[in-house]
Amino acid sequence: MNAWDFLLWVAFPYAAAAVFVVGHLLRFRYDQFGWTSRSSQTYENRLLRWGSPMFHYGMLMVIGGHVVGLFIPKAWLEFFGVTEHIYHLGATWLGTFAAVLTVAGLGILIYRRRLNGRVLLVTTVMDKVMYVLLGGTILFGTTATVLYQIFGGGYDYRGSISPWIRSLYGFQPDPALMSDVPFFFQLHVLCATTLFLLWPFTRLVHVFSAPLGYLVRPYVVYRSRDHHTGNSARKVPRGWERSQRPVARRDRERIRR
Amino acid sequence: MRVMAQMSMIMNLDKCIGCHTCSVTCKQVWTNREGVEYAWFNNVETRPGLGYPRQYEDQERWKGGWVRNKRGRLKLKGGGRLNKLAHIFNNPDLPGIDDYYEPWTYDYDMLTTAPAGTQSPVARPKSLLTGRNMDIKWSGNWDDDLGGSQETAAQDPILATMSEKVKMEFEETFMFYLPRICEHCLNPACVSACPSGAMYKREEDGIVLVDEDGCRGWRMCVSACPYKKVYFNHKTGKAEKCTLCYPLIEQGKPTICSETCVGRLRYLGLMLYDADAVLEAASVENDQDLLEAQRSCFLDPFDPEVIAAAKAEGMADDWIEAAQKSPIRKLITEYKVALPLHPEYRTMPMVWYIPPLSPVVDVVSNSGADGEDTRTLFAAIDKLRIPVEYLAGLFSAGDVKPVESSLRKLAAMRSFMRDINLGRDENASIPESVGMTATEMKAMYRLLAIAKYEDRYVIPKAHVETARELDELGCSLDNEGGPGMGGPSSHAGPHNGGRDQGPAGPYGNTPGMPLNATVDNYNEMVGDSPIIKTRPATPGRINLLNWNGTGGAPEGMFPPKLGGVSPA
Repeated sequence: MNAWDFLLWVAFPYAAAAVFVVGHLLRFRYDQFGWTSRSSQTYENRLLRWGSPMFHYGMLMVIGGHVVGLFIPKAWLEFFGVTEHIYHLGATWLGTFAAVLTVAGLGILIYRRRLNGRVLLVTTVMDKVMYVLLGGTILFGTTATVLYQIFGGGYDYRGSISPWIRSLYGFQPDPALMSDVPFFFQLHVLCATTLFLLWPFTRLVHVFSAPLGYLVRPYVVYRSRDHHTGNSARKVPRGWERSQRPVARRDRERIRR
Repeated sequence: MRVMAQMSMIMNLDKCIGCHTCSVTCKQVWTNREGVEYAWFNNVETRPGLGYPRQYEDQERWKGGWVRNKRGRLKLKGGGRLNKLAHIFNNPDLPGIDDYYEPWTYDYDMLTTAPAGTQSPVARPKSLLTGRNMDIKWSGNWDDDLGGSQETAAQDPILATMSEKVKMEFEETFMFYLPRICEHCLNPACVSACPSGAMYKREEDGIVLVDEDGCRGWRMCVSACPYKKVYFNHKTGKAEKCTLCYPLIEQGKPTICSETCVGRLRYLGLMLYDADAVLEAASVENDQDLLEAQRSCFLDPFDPEVIAAAKAEGMADDWIEAAQKSPIRKLITEYKVALPLHPEYRTMPMVWYIPPLSPVVDVVSNSGADGEDTRTLFAAIDKLRIPVEYLAGLFSAGDVKPVESSLRKLAAMRSFMRDINLGRDENASIPESVGMTATEMKAMYRLLAIAKYEDRYVIPKAHVETARELDELGCSLDNEGGPGMGGPSSHAGPHNGGRDQGPAGPYGNTPGMPLNATVDNYNEMVGDSPIIKTRPATPGRINLLNWNGTGGAPEGMFPPKLGGVSPA
């Protein structure tokens, strides 16, 4: 293991993870108002109507595939009868389908963002950085799949990348697992790690607001104004509780009355 | 029975002259900002007309409000919960900004900076979305006063439900204005459609608000509201809507639109209603029964049982008293002249309207007949099917009976009061013919025609005293100079007056108070010290919002005079 390996496959991922977690907590604490998907649907809908669902549903499938491929050890799947061959077929073909959906959707979205004047004008610098990283991650991932899985002999990343990621989660990092991984997979991982690093500072935070609670809450929500401006609004934050002035029992009873 | 109070509004359409003062003052107060240039929390539409946004009443297209399904249960017309989540990446029913209009400004700089030339400089319209030159093709009230409506009026969704012949005649007979704000519904579809749970109805006064911190910009509220009164701020990516000027209402003051209304046609007051009865009432089978169903949800604030239940819910005495004096209650349940806008959307709207009699009177007068004679007017109401049916399409799901009854009462009041004003004998048969007594009719006349400020607006203040008292008990160190200076007791005194008091808020510095635009800090601002009120929000500037004119022009208000002498 050389210094580069350590830097790229241990230090960088951990740094990114730390920024990811702390960044989200801080942003949630201090910038709820900026926490939104910042939809541009009102500006333009003809392209968005196709591009957005394609990209998002494709992305959900991609994320699902990554969870299965990266976090479920090979042996577990094999225990359930999912052999290497079946896994490879599923991952390659389902994965390709999801990738086509995602890439096509992203293509429509980027085309729209660049060429529609209204949408272009509300695009922030951070949006552009995010688009580059997100697009890069997806393209490198797709390229790797096409190159190695479809046209190549097939690369078993479940023997290298997956255990490496699990080694990070277990705080027993093993960077050596990554040193011989094919180039485009490496690029894909690095690009994704950078994206995670910047994630809390982009509009991607909306991913964590998936409103699943909507399925179980009552339709009409009531809130009391006291929550905002009355008694409870002036509740002291934890750690700054005020001490009680000693009050004689006689006085306390008087106050109660 | 769960007694709740609802701050509600009624507009007397006979008095609306379509001057748009309400819209303009509302805009200046609430939507004079980037991202909501196109939004009018209050707008005034000419009817017949397309409305704002265009054809918003066509629910087959926009899918706003509720529908009753085969099992008799209410469902959002835009789809249930799973359907909403499935379409979260692209809301199929969302109006685009062009359905409102593309916001613009004018190139005013050109007028002052253009070099001398043979032609006068012009200020061309520039899009506020792209910054480019644009042709203005539509706006919030483009068909004002039926302008261009030979071409567009046929697209009015209400007219479209009427026959072809009607359309032609209608335009010649009838025009009126319809001012609209958020309906602050009892069964709000916007709140029900919000996936984030960021929209809510206030328990105290029923005002429907958006929690801007909780809103994640999913836009379901915009499409779910059948009145299209929730707007998407395209710069912040959050939903915004009419707040019923809650910071004013909490202080017992009317909303900006009401306060500035030239025709004094708006009424504000409380309605008590049974929150447990709302869903059932909104689910009645026949659309035309919804008006009566909604009326049945309202509770009589004089009924001892209702009073006891309200008190048990913690409602204060002055609120119950305000509900008893409410002009809204009189117009809705006592005189029954006010009607809801589009009850068929099943949201139980709480901004009601008194339908306009004046177009009928105009037709009668123009024909040379006596426009203030009961029999003539009654006959005209019967005969002028078209306007009455149109009004029924707006206010009673197409049922002409409630509209007729309301118009007859207004006509009767007109004749009855003319006799009195001309010194003739009172004709008691006139009020009787519409089921009212002479005393009731005079009281209604006083409320509708004289319309004193204190009769129009019966608004109880929000209760914060209890919260204050509790705070003062709990936070014993919240004294002058004490370590917990966050409380209300740390008024400006000699110990801190005039000195730096921490970061400046929207009202400039205030001593120790958290700054929200609510009654709490408003009361705080109305102290006696001119020093506090004129404290600048940023160093070197004066906050005019709080300056009450005392103490001369403060430093920083004007630029220094030539010669270096400050006017202060």
